[in-house]
Order: sequence, then C-alpha cells, then structure tokens
Amino acid sequence: MRNALTLGVIGAMALGTLGLVGCGSSTTGTTTGSSTSGALTVAGSDTMVNMAQAWADTYTKDNPGVSIAVKGGGSGTGIAALINGTVDFADASREMKPEEIAQAQAKGIKPVATKVARDGVAIVVNPANKVENLTLDQLGKIYLGTITNWKDVGGADAPITLVSRDPSSGTYEFMTSKALKGGKFAGSAKLLGSTQAVVDEVKADPNAIGYIGVGYESSAVKVIGVDGIKASTATVKDESYPLWRFLNMYSNGEPTGVAKAYVDWILSPAGQKVVTDQGFVTLN
Amino acid sequence: MLVSVGMSSDVSGAMDEPLRDRGGRASRTGRARAVEAVVKAAIAGSGWIAIVILTAIAAFLAVNAWPALSSSAAGGWKMLTGSLWYPTASPPEFGFLPYIVSTLRVTGVALAIAVPVGIAAAVFISEFAGRRFKEFSKSVIEFMAAVPSVVYGLMGVYVVGPAIKDLFHLPSALTALSAGVVLSFMALPTIISISEDAMHAVPNDLRMGSLALGNTRWQTAYKVIVPAAGSGIFASVMLGMGRAIGETMVVLMVAGGTMDLTWSLTASARPLTAVIASEMGEVVQGGLHYSALFVIGLTLFVITFAANLAADLVLERQRKRWRR
Repeated sequence: MRNALTLGVIGAMALGTLGLVGCGSSTTGTTTGSSTSGALTVAGSDTMVNMAQAWADTYTKDNPGVSIAVKGGGSGTGIAALINGTVDFADASREMKPEEIAQAQAKGIKPVATKVARDGVAIVVNPANKVENLTLDQLGKIYLGTITNWKDVGGADAPITLVSRDPSSGTYEFMTSKALKGGKFAGSAKLLGSTQAVVDEVKADPNAIGYIGVGYESSAVKVIGVDGIKASTATVKDESYPLWRFLNMYSNGEPTGVAKAYVDWILSPAGQKVVTDQGFVTLN
Repeated sequence: MLVSVGMSSDVSGAMDEPLRDRGGRASRTGRARAVEAVVKAAIAGSGWIAIVILTAIAAFLAVNAWPALSSSAAGGWKMLTGSLWYPTASPPEFGFLPYIVSTLRVTGVALAIAVPVGIAAAVFISEFAGRRFKEFSKSVIEFMAAVPSVVYGLMGVYVVGPAIKDLFHLPSALTALSAGVVLSFMALPTIISISEDAMHAVPNDLRMGSLALGNTRWQTAYKVIVPAAGSGIFASVMLGMGRAIGETMVVLMVAGGTMDLTWSLTASARPLTAVIASEMGEVVQGGLHYSALFVIGLTLFVITFAANLAADLVLERQRKRWRR
C-alpha cells in the first residue's frame, strides 16, 4: 500500500466503524402533534398484543390523523424499550420491578403506570388429564420442580411436563412472584416464546401443564381451577381467582397530548368494549 | 520529447507509466493519474471493507461482553462453566454451560445426518450422475440453501417435530432431535455443494488411472476420489457445522427451550443462539444481563470463527496440493 490515499480511505473507514462500536444511544420519546393527530409507538406484552392492536385499529379508524405502531416481544421487552427511551407506551402484564424502576430513573425516565384492563392467568392441562383443580401451593411446587408426578396431585402415574413462557414474558414474571413466591422455575421447564406455542405444546403432550392469559383459552386445552376457583370474568373482576392481575400501560411521566387522548379513550366505554371482545376483563 | 497528441490518451492497456508526456497536474496525464489514484483507493477500500467490518464486530462484542466477564456478580469466566441461568432473578445467575451443551447436541445430530448423506450425494453427483442430472441437482441444491430459515422452522414445528414424536413415541415434538433433523436440511446443501466441487477438482488422470488399473467406478470413488478430495470435504463439513451452530430461528421454534444440563437427544434443548434471540429484546442497554448475552455472542463468534478458519486453512492446503 504505497498509495497514501488508499491508506487514508481505509483508515477513515476503520475509524468510522470502530466509532460505531461505542454507539447505541437512546432516542427520546416520539409523541408529536396536537390531541387529534400524531404518532405513537406501543410495545411489550404478548398477552396484550392482540388487544393492543385492536385498540389501535379501532382508535385510528375514528381518528385518522393518529398513527399507532404496536409490537409484542413480552412485557420485559416493552419495559426495556421504555427505559431505553424508544417507545411511548410499554404494555406490561405485570408491574415493573424495583430494579427496573431504579434503572429507569438512572436514565432520566419516570415510569407511570395506567391500569387498562384486568386479566387472569389460567392454568391449562391436556384434555386427557383427569386433574380438575390444584391448590396455589401445589402449583408452585410443580413449577419449582418439587412435585414431579401427576399422581401426587390426584392424577395418573406419569411425570409432569412443565411448559412455560420465556423470561421476557410478563406472565412468566407474574407466575414467579405469585405462584413460585419468588423462587425459580425448574430447569426442565420448556421456555416457549408465545402463548400459542404453550397451547400447542399442552395440546400435544398428555402430561403437560402450562399457563396462559384467560383471553387465549380454547377448546384445545383444558382449564383447571386454582384453590377451587376457575378463572372467569366474574372471578377475575371480584379478585377471588388467585391468579388475577391488572394489565398496565407504562409511560414516561403522565401521558400528555396524543398519548393522553389515547389512554383516556382506552379507559372509556368504547375502549373497554374492545377489552371484552378480546376475551379479557374490564377494569370496572 | 514524445507527444501524445496523435494517440489516444486513455490509460487502458498499460499498467505503469502509461503516458510519457511531461505534462503537469492540469494536463491529460496528470488528470488520468489522479483519476487512477482515486479509483485505486476506492476499490482498495471496498476490498478491505469486509476485514474492517469483521474487526469492528469482534471489537463490539468484546467491548460489550467485558462488563460481565470482569464482574464478580455475573461470575466472570465462570459463566462458561455454571449451569444455572436465571437472569431475571434477584440476585441473577449467569451460567450458560447447559446452553453450550444444547448447541453441541443439536449440531451433533445435524452433522450425524448431513455428513454421510451429503458426502454420498456429492459422490453420486460428481462420479455417477449424467450431465442433465448434475445441472438440475445443482440448481435444486442452491435453492435449498436459499430457503429462509423461518420456513424451515415452521416445517419443524408442524411437520418434522410431530413426525419424530410419533415415530419414536416421545412425549413432545420439541426436542434436540427434531431441531437437529431440521438443521441437517440446512447444512446439507453446503456440504453437498462444496464436497462436489472438491471431488470435481480432483484431476481426471487419477480417475482414468484407477479405472485402467482395474477398479470399478464405485471403487474408484471411495478408494481414490474421496481420499483425494479429503481436505475439501473436511472444509465443507466445517462450513456445514458453522451453519448449524449459528442457526437461530429453527432452534428457537423447534428445540423446546429447557435449561437442564443433559446430553439426551430426546430431551428439549436451548442452544446459545436461541438464548440471545429470546432475551435480547428485554435487556436494558448497559446492564449485566445485556453484557452476559454479549458473552454468549462472543462464544458463538469464537466457535464459528474457529470452524471457518479451519475450513479455510484446509482448503488452501488442498489448492496447493493440486497446483503442480
């Protein structure tokens, strides 16, 4: 390489690409425009993603000046995106953890939760399974790996196959805190990426147990009771079902402008009607 | 003093010292030389860009993996030997040995199927097939390599997985075996294509000599051609292995995702690529979990780099061997 110009071009390219190594800065929020026009980005919970898309579709039909982009990826993904400053709303089927709130504040984000619906986490087994009910304690022990055979909880003599969501899922974190009381899922638990994958696996394996949001119940799998109570709109609304929870939308500070109009609409009867249509439970 | 007025003043046809007029910078020679210098610099830059990008990727991985490797909270180098991966627990644990074993299990199954089938197919195409079949199969194999991996993933979840589940009476369709079988479909085109090229490169003299000495075509193939093409075949296996190790979508959808440290092929698995793909979305930039995922990325990078380097060195040796 005798040519100084050649060296110069290569050097500039190298410096440029190595400079990108240090890159990865976050962008600020993306809400723009007045109340009836603008763009919003929503990301997070896979449990909520269909409902979030339905909300977005219905709202933008009546408010054509607004465009709303909805993505899934799990509650953890949405919260991480909120902390990184890349979304307006993080859909979360759980609450933010203290560590996440600390991380957010360290980056100058002030997370504010708006409850938008209620949900119950239904425990499902294969239709061939004779078990009808589990106590919350038994459920926890099953997923911790302490109880490993169906015969210990009133079923057939067969090993229990654990089916779970993966750690980015809010439902996974909710089960960790509510059912496992902060413990850890057994190593043999299959960590699947979506509710549909959980349903497919429980449908195919006679000894499987899994957990899904009530909005995803189907005839392919059998829902069992927890502590004697089956998940239904009534038992979730009066909070008697042990695995009930709020579905949240987190934003950076109180929502303003387009974001506020959108959230107000979601909490209105029109938005809550979408909640019922999707199989979830309204707030009130 | 030579004058170039009567001649064409473009520089094609001569490498150095193309023109002999003693013009200054503003003359035709000066401009032509300037153009050549710029063009040389630009194409040299393009030539080097791959190396620059690869170095930048390696640097990016190392820089982002360093916080986890140097932190005692994450376990540093013990991450490669720990068997508990609970990144969202308090306190978090970051041992990913089970995932290394998962990658090996799944790749092992893929190669166990793809290597014999691939080499046999390459032998057939190179030594026995007619010209029309050769052309036809080459296109089909290239097409197989071009099918998107998510399509293979769908096939795995809805076709291959259930078929294996029924065939071996397994409780689940999502196992290391199912994922390995689908990965073998993906490694096969690479192995066939490069092995066939290696066999084709063996000089015809060897074939003719072998046949002349009384070997049948099959004996020639396995006694003479395959050993002669050995380096190229080895390289193809290394590249097929690289493909299987790096595959993400298929193992994410088909392998089942368990953390257990086991060598069983009928149990589920969670290869390194699947861990990164399923968890990268939920990490906060700069956090410990983020850095731990980069350590996994760096591990994958090193393994694939080593496999490709081995393949390249062996191929180079083969090229030198036949260059008499």
